[in-house]
Amino acid sequence: MSTQTGSAWVEGSGSRLAKYNIFKRLNWGRFSVIAVPMLWLAVFFFIPFLVVFKISLSETAIAVPPYTALLDWNLDEAFINLKLNLGNYLFLFEDSFYIDAYLSSIKIAAISTVLTLLIAFPIAYMIARSKPTTRALLLSLVILPFWTSFLLRVYAWMGFLKKNGLINEFLLSTGIIDQPLIMLQTDFAVYIGIVYTYLPFMVLPLYSALEKMDITLLEAAEDLGSKPATSFFLITVPMAMPGIIAGCMLVFIPAVGEFVIPALLGGSDTLMIGRVLWDEFFLNRDWPMASAVAVVMLIVLVLPIMMIRNSQGKEEAV
Amino acid sequence: MTSTVTIEPQSDSVPAASPQTSKMPLWKQEGAKPFLRIENVTKKFGEFTAVDNISLDIYKNELFCLLGGSGSGKSTLLRMLAGFESPTSGRIIIDGVDMAGIQPWKRPVNMMFQSYALFPHLSVEENVAFGLKREGLDRSEVKQRVAEMLEMVQLGHLGKRKPDQLSGGQRQRVALARSLVKRPKLLLLDEPLGALDKKLREETQFELINIQEELGVTFVVVTHDQEEAMTLASRIGVMNHGVIVQTAEPHDVYEYPNSRFVAEFIGSVNLFEGRVIEDLPDSVRIDSKDAGAVLFVNHGISCAPNQKVHVALRPEKTQISKEKPEGQQNCIKGIIEETAYMGSLSVYRVRLASGMEVRVTQPNTTRDLGARLTWNDEVYLYWDEDSSVVLTS
Repeated sequence: MSTQTGSAWVEGSGSRLAKYNIFKRLNWGRFSVIAVPMLWLAVFFFIPFLVVFKISLSETAIAVPPYTALLDWNLDEAFINLKLNLGNYLFLFEDSFYIDAYLSSIKIAAISTVLTLLIAFPIAYMIARSKPTTRALLLSLVILPFWTSFLLRVYAWMGFLKKNGLINEFLLSTGIIDQPLIMLQTDFAVYIGIVYTYLPFMVLPLYSALEKMDITLLEAAEDLGSKPATSFFLITVPMAMPGIIAGCMLVFIPAVGEFVIPALLGGSDTLMIGRVLWDEFFLNRDWPMASAVAVVMLIVLVLPIMMIRNSQGKEEAV
Repeated sequence: MTSTVTIEPQSDSVPAASPQTSKMPLWKQEGAKPFLRIENVTKKFGEFTAVDNISLDIYKNELFCLLGGSGSGKSTLLRMLAGFESPTSGRIIIDGVDMAGIQPWKRPVNMMFQSYALFPHLSVEENVAFGLKREGLDRSEVKQRVAEMLEMVQLGHLGKRKPDQLSGGQRQRVALARSLVKRPKLLLLDEPLGALDKKLREETQFELINIQEELGVTFVVVTHDQEEAMTLASRIGVMNHGVIVQTAEPHDVYEYPNSRFVAEFIGSVNLFEGRVIEDLPDSVRIDSKDAGAVLFVNHGISCAPNQKVHVALRPEKTQISKEKPEGQQNCIKGIIEETAYMGSLSVYRVRLASGMEVRVTQPNTTRDLGARLTWNDEVYLYWDEDSSVVLTS
C-alpha cells in the first residue's frame, strides 16, 4: 500500500516536471508575441520576395503571366524539368545601363540623405531644446505635411519649380534674373523632392535621440575646456548617433528605390533604379528582368544594413 | 579643526608675529588675500532673485561649504563661479582675475556635477582624459596623468569600462578624477555625496578631505546636508533666500548660530521666546512665557530694552532629572510625554506648563534600566548659563 502511494507520488511529480519542462522550452507567451510580427513578415514580405525571386529566374514569354514556368513535368514521359535562367542576372552586369542606374540611385539617395541630415539636425536640435509646451506644437508642424497626399505635395513642387512657376515669376519680377531658371526636370529638382519628402523621417528619430540627451553633459564638456563647437562633435553627435543611423536608414532606403519623385521632377537623364524597374515591368513587360532588378536592389540595400546592425550589436554587447 | 576655535579668545595676548599666526587659518589673518572673492553678486531670473547681493571671501586651500535648502540660491552661486550663469550685477574674482565675460572653458575652475555628468559613450579613461586632450597635451603626458589620477581614486583597474558598468561610488570617483585631473585652482562640487548611500558617504567624505589636503586645491562644496557640511568644511556659509545668513566654522555655526534660521537648520534646537528684563554687559535675564521662568544667559547682547528675543538651547545640553537640582539659574518643570531609546542616547519630549514641547537627549552612560525616566514622569530640566544662546533675529 505504502509503496503504491509512493510510486504514484513519484509518477505524479515526474509528469508535472515534464510538463513544466515542455512549457519552459516552448515559452508560449513569448512565442505568441513574436509570432504575430513574424507571420506578418512571412506572409507580406518573405513569400512575395520568393515569388519575385522565382520570376527573376524564369524567361520572358508571351503568355499570361508573361514568363515561363521554372518547373515543368510530364508524368507520362516521366520527367521533371527544372530550368533556372541566370541570364537576367548576367545581363544586369553585362549592360552598363543597369550598373549605372544602381550607382546613380545610390549616389542620389546618399547625397539626399546627407542633405536631409544637415537640414534636419538643427530642426531636431531646436525642437529638443525648446520648452515642453512649444515642443508639441513644433513636432506637429513637422508631421503636418503627412496630412496631404504625397503625390499632391510633389505636384505642388512642380508648380514651384517649373519654367513659369512661382519661384521663377518671383525672381523675374524682382529683377534678380532676366531669364527663367531651368529647375524642373533636373537632378536638382529630384534632390529637393527627396529632401522635402523625407525630412520628417530624419527629424523624428534625431529629435528623440537629442531629447533624451542630458544637457549637463555639454556643461561638463565646457567646464573641461571644450568650446561649444568641439562639444558638439565630441558629445552631441555621438549621443545622437542612434538617431542619426535610424534617420539615415529611413531616408536612404526608400530614396534608393524612389520612383515617383524622379518620374515627376527629374529629367530624362535622371537615372534611378526605380524608374528602370517601372520601365522593365510596364513598358517592356519583361517581368523576369524587372524581378532580377528588384532582387539585386534588395541585396544592395540589405547587406550594408545588416553590417551596420551587426557592428551596433557588437558595440552594445561589449 | 575645533582646537583653533577654542584658543581664539586668548589669542589677543599672543604677539602677532608668533608661530601661532601662521597656523591660524587664512580667514582669521588680518589682510590675507582671498583666493576667491565674490563681490555684491546678484542673480535674477526675471522677477525672481536667486542670489541677493552676496559678498564672500574664500581663501586658498579652504574647503568651503555652501549649505542651504533647495531654492536657497546655493547652486546658482556655484554655477556663476563655473561660468554657466553670469551675475546680474556684482563681480567674481578668482585668483586676482575678474571672471566677467570669461567663458566656462577658459576658467581655471572645474566642477563636479551632482549627476556626475560622465560621458556615457566614453570609457572611464577617456572621460578623465577629455579635459587634458582639450589642452592639447601630448599623448604620453595625457596617458600618464590619467593613470596617476585613476590610481589616486583607486580606479586604475577599471579604466576601460563605460560609466554604466560602474557602481554609484565608482562613478562618483570617476567624476572627481575627471574634475581634478586638469589641476584646477578651484574645484566646485555640487552635492558631491548626494547620490551615495549612507555608509559610502561617510567613507567618501574622509577620502575627499584627504584628497583636498594632498592636492592643496581650494574646494567650494554645495550641499543641503548639514552633516556633510559639518564633517567636510573648513568654513560653512549658511544660505537662505539668496542670502548668506552666517559664515563661520562648523563648530561656531552649531554652537553660536546668529539667527533662528541657522539654529533650526543645523541640528535640532529648542527655542524659548521671551523679553529682555535685565541687560548687563556680560549677561542677560529673559522672562519667557514659553519656559514659564526667567532664563539667565551669561553673554551680553546688543538689543533694545524689552526687545523680543529667543533663547536657543540644544537638546543635548539640557539636563533632565526627577529631583530639583541645587543652585541652577535655569530650571524649568515639565512632564515626559514621549521617550525613545536609541542605543547610544535617549530622546525625551517634555511638555511644559506653557504647552511648549522641549526635546532633550541624554547619553546612556549606564546599562542599568532601573533609574530610567519614563512617560508621565514629572521632571526638572536645567542647563548651565553658558549652554544657551540668545538670538535677536
